Amino acid sequence: MSGIDPITLAVIQNGLQQVCNEMDLAFCRAAFSPVISEAMDRSDGIYDAEDGALIAQGELGLPVFVGTMQFSTGAVIERVRANGWKVEPGDVFIVNDPYMGGTHLMDVKFVKPFFHQGELYAWLANTGHWPDTGGMVPGGFSAKATESEQEGLRLPPVKLYKKGELDQEILSIILSNIRIADQRIGDIKAQAAALSIGEKRLEDLLQRYGGGTVKAAIKELRVRAAQQMRARIASIPDGSYQGEAVVDSDGVVDEPLLIRMRVTKVGADLEFDMSGSSPPCRGPMNSVLATTKSSIYLAMKHIFPEVPINAGTFEPLKVIEPEGTFLYAHYPRPVSGCAAEVSQRIAEAVFSALTHAIPEQLFAAPAGSSGNLAVGGSDPLRKRNYVMYVISGGGYGGSPHGDGISNGCSTIGISKTPPIEVMEQFFPILFEEYSLHEGSGGAGEHRGGFGVNYAIRLLRGAARASMVMDHGRVGPQGALGGADGGVNTVAVDQSGKEYRPLHLSKDQDIQLAPGDVIRVSTPGGGGYGDPFRRDPAKVARDVMRGYYTREQAEQRFRVRLAGDGTVDAPGTASLRGA
Amino acid sequence: MSTDNAATWIAGIDVGGTFTDLIAIDGASGAVRLAKVPTTVHNQAFGVLAAIESAGLDLAQLALIVHGTTTTTNALLERKLAKTGLITTRGFRDVLELGRRTRPKPYGLTGHFEPLVPRELRLEATERVDADGEVVTPLNEADVKAAVLKLREAGCEALVIHFLHSYINPAHEARAWEIARELWPNAYVTAGHRLLSEYREYERGVTAAVNASVQPVLDRYIRRLSDELKARGFDKDLLVMQGNGGTVSADIVAESAVNTVMSGPASGIIAAATSSVAAGIPNVVTYDMGGTSTDVGLIKDGVPQVSAELELEYALPIHVPMVDVHTIGAGGGSIAYLSESGMLQVGPRSAGATPGPICYGRGGSEPTITDANLVLGRLNPDKLLGVDNPVSLAHVRQLFEDRVGRALGLDATATAAAIVRIANDKMAGAIRMVSLAKGHDPRDFALFPFGGAGPLHAAALARELGIPKLLIPMRPGITNALGCAAADLRHDYVNTVNKALPTLDEALVERTLEAQIAKGRALLAREGVALEGETVLHFADMQFQGQSHILTVPLPGTRVSRAELQKRFDAAYWERFGVELPEIRAVLVNLHTAVIGRRKRLDLAVLGRGERRQRLAEAQTGTRQVWFDGGFVDTPIYRRETLPLDAKFTGPAIVEQLDCTTVIEPGNRVSLDALGNLIVEV
Repeated sequence: MSGIDPITLAVIQNGLQQVCNEMDLAFCRAAFSPVISEAMDRSDGIYDAEDGALIAQGELGLPVFVGTMQFSTGAVIERVRANGWKVEPGDVFIVNDPYMGGTHLMDVKFVKPFFHQGELYAWLANTGHWPDTGGMVPGGFSAKATESEQEGLRLPPVKLYKKGELDQEILSIILSNIRIADQRIGDIKAQAAALSIGEKRLEDLLQRYGGGTVKAAIKELRVRAAQQMRARIASIPDGSYQGEAVVDSDGVVDEPLLIRMRVTKVGADLEFDMSGSSPPCRGPMNSVLATTKSSIYLAMKHIFPEVPINAGTFEPLKVIEPEGTFLYAHYPRPVSGCAAEVSQRIAEAVFSALTHAIPEQLFAAPAGSSGNLAVGGSDPLRKRNYVMYVISGGGYGGSPHGDGISNGCSTIGISKTPPIEVMEQFFPILFEEYSLHEGSGGAGEHRGGFGVNYAIRLLRGAARASMVMDHGRVGPQGALGGADGGVNTVAVDQSGKEYRPLHLSKDQDIQLAPGDVIRVSTPGGGGYGDPFRRDPAKVARDVMRGYYTREQAEQRFRVRLAGDGTVDAPGTASLRGA
Repeated sequence: MSTDNAATWIAGIDVGGTFTDLIAIDGASGAVRLAKVPTTVHNQAFGVLAAIESAGLDLAQLALIVHGTTTTTNALLERKLAKTGLITTRGFRDVLELGRRTRPKPYGLTGHFEPLVPRELRLEATERVDADGEVVTPLNEADVKAAVLKLREAGCEALVIHFLHSYINPAHEARAWEIARELWPNAYVTAGHRLLSEYREYERGVTAAVNASVQPVLDRYIRRLSDELKARGFDKDLLVMQGNGGTVSADIVAESAVNTVMSGPASGIIAAATSSVAAGIPNVVTYDMGGTSTDVGLIKDGVPQVSAELELEYALPIHVPMVDVHTIGAGGGSIAYLSESGMLQVGPRSAGATPGPICYGRGGSEPTITDANLVLGRLNPDKLLGVDNPVSLAHVRQLFEDRVGRALGLDATATAAAIVRIANDKMAGAIRMVSLAKGHDPRDFALFPFGGAGPLHAAALARELGIPKLLIPMRPGITNALGCAAADLRHDYVNTVNKALPTLDEALVERTLEAQIAKGRALLAREGVALEGETVLHFADMQFQGQSHILTVPLPGTRVSRAELQKRFDAAYWERFGVELPEIRAVLVNLHTAVIGRRKRLDLAVLGRGERRQRLAEAQTGTRQVWFDGGFVDTPIYRRETLPLDAKFTGPAIVEQLDCTTVIEPGNRVSLDALGNLIVEV
């Protein structure tokens, strides 16, 4: 044990967390783009001065950033060293390069050196998802890009603020290359202001406890977090566990991409081996290494939510770099789908592997898609251009604790969908439907939750739609004999003719005329356990609520209902062969 | 003394989780009576009557009863609700079940959610209004009729009508409501727009569903209570506390039953506002620490902050204006334990009321914050409330060592000190976040602790937060009842406007605010309660175009120019975020009016009267070994009620009263004000 007393350790842990939470709060409250303020697609943290390792991260950050920000901070440090740059108080680096510890281009990181008594003590960094960073489609979720340049403006680490002054030249380059640039200045100021607040609060903490004590505490907390993760890993029986997940296609070549995930307990650690996964793909469903690792970290955090997050948490998680697969993409492979979709398939593969090891702590697969739909066009009535984003949820998997919830958020996100009443105020559209995707919950002793059906009619002007979703080919996996959840579907009524994307869940530049309707149904969650063991009374209730039809009750659950909707016990017994 | 014919007493009666508290003040003589009786869970009315009896009051002496009840909050949290049906826009019946694609916690993919209205009781009618309020599809009245009949047939007791965009054009919803009222066997029909005219279909729909499903429950309770009171000779006004910090006549409270949710915390805040203004310290952070949780609120310039964004629990938003109280999951019963990596943690797990802390003698064996206060000598082991079987201090100390201390190399005392330190640190962090989230630095405020446990921790918290001063009310344990007695009548109205300032019609603002005032006045007139005057407050919820968070700014009156709105918003934005954004347009989102019917002011000085001694020494009941940073100190114990009003002393000290213990840390300087409040400089 270190020389720090247990009380001081706990208090400093809380203090570091508080600094990050205050950065989260400041960023979130002052940000413009609803993606940041409402959807909370951002994160703030404190990172090690030497290697950028995670010290603490805000509790209101997006899960997918759990591991990535330390890689991008590390990339900034490397770049500074390689170029022999001088780093000064008030400097803020901007970077969104996916290949430098990033995710996709829309996740723009600000990284700021933190000085204590004249020495570089740590780095403060945050990420915000910008609504647009240029590229071939509004919003950045291209389904057809084949090289990075088509995806948008790529920023290597450069100083956007120099000694506290915003560099107007760099700013002008950025604003000239992105859509709807006028509101970005608000986000930029909010993002930088959050780091300033973190700076102030961290300095307060150091003043109070001393730089040396806090540094020792940081080191000790890292050891403790690793211990806690290992204590959880100890609950996993020794062995090697295989899981899989499938991405519908890369958007360009219509073939499934396979993730093979072998999780092996090696001593007190877990090793994640993805060799045998599909090779790099042409379309934008490649993943960069930082995102691949982060997806594994967040999957483990979903399984063991009580383990605190810092670099120590990840030490026992050994990821074998999946060189040669689409999970370790290099420039110029397009990667815009990695953070939103591929990351969730990687997590699903981890869940599916560990279901074999510790079923009582797992759950069947959740819908696991961000369901991104972007519609860009021009509103002739209001005389303005717009880009509308619709994100959607789906069913969660059943678990030992019960049925999955319906319309849950993506695995990697914590964002809410904007209200229909707000969307209709801003954009020339009308929702025709927003309803529960009946039958989509995977059958199981504990069934999956349900996805959503929505239909959007374009009212005025021409527009084009792009989407990056997933689980159109196979539904989210059931566990322990449970059935898969229902698949994602997309259909567009184009002047009375129905158009369905060739790639099911991914498409780009679908032309829309006034009156055209986009219909989306999102996936349900996987079922958990043998559906024939589901309590027939619950099946009867589900049918009464219209979640399933009578036929589905018979086929999927082997439950027969009487004319009045109650369970036909003898009929059910004979179906179930009891 | 009053005679039977002179009803001069005003009683505030608040029902809490464990106790029903009463404070009654005689307007004629200034006499004060207090009572604390066990809450009667199944019918709170019995506890209310018992409190009146326990205070030795005759109902004929009472001129007014103001009642705070947890009936609706409990019904909601326990889901003991009326069977409720919903009629909504075709295509959207699942809005209440799908919510806004969330999960209960950021990490972990399991959880549970039941909509307030199950799917088979949610029916649709053909109709559609667009975002501009234009009718896209006319209302099919036959659909409405059929749905009403079907839901009636299904045995629903209450009904919700909830159509898209009714906040901007309520015509369809209003017509459907009329049709339903004709066919429905009772008055429990709620139309969303009648409760709140704010956009966001999930939040408005849930708020309406909450209203409908608690309406019959509240109505029955209030009727039972007023029948009981009448039967015993009470024929004066009965007012009920609402979550907005104001009261409403019992006769009409059920119409907007949702307004009574969270009325408990609201009455505490109102008492705090009244007391702090009377004490001349109008900016306070309130800190109400109970057994399982702690409520934190903010009062600026004597006015409690009000918000319409409460989320009572996961996916249960209630968007009517309510006093903005933030609940922290830490209370006296919070359990201390070691994590798998040997880190000392306090909470969020709580021993609750059963088994409760070890010292309650109900079988609890895990160290809690309350136990730690006992080990440190801060609580008097002989005077604990709610103890079933007294437990020896040695037993508590033993468990502290066994469960936590030994692994850390700490004895029982050091373990207790560590637990209190970590708990205070966490609570201070939470209070800081709550203040910052509302745009204020806690150092600019005084701390106002109340509840049974608030004054135990307040001095340490203030030190941690850099708050210079504590204001500890005379009766911390009955603050909520005092809030009831002090509260005015209040009715709030919110309408969504959602227009960028350059295109805003100033006449529309005036019309909207005037209409809100008229509604409030009409309601006050219906209530017919004796008032001294009326206060009208106006607010604007604003944001920059493209933002989703709103900032509330007070308005000077109903005539407000665009320039004035811009100026106020810019100033508020600068104060909150330190950012100026001349590049971007501001938007007026909502207009909000509160119409307040002012009752006669309570003279709080009466609270401080009584058994005051002449000299400080006479108020001291003994000394005790109490642990402060580093070791046990011989500490004087004072009896709160007997402290001379001109007493001045320096900590350490413990101040005890029936239901509350105040810890004064070494070096704290204490004085009393004329109202008997303790003013502690930290």
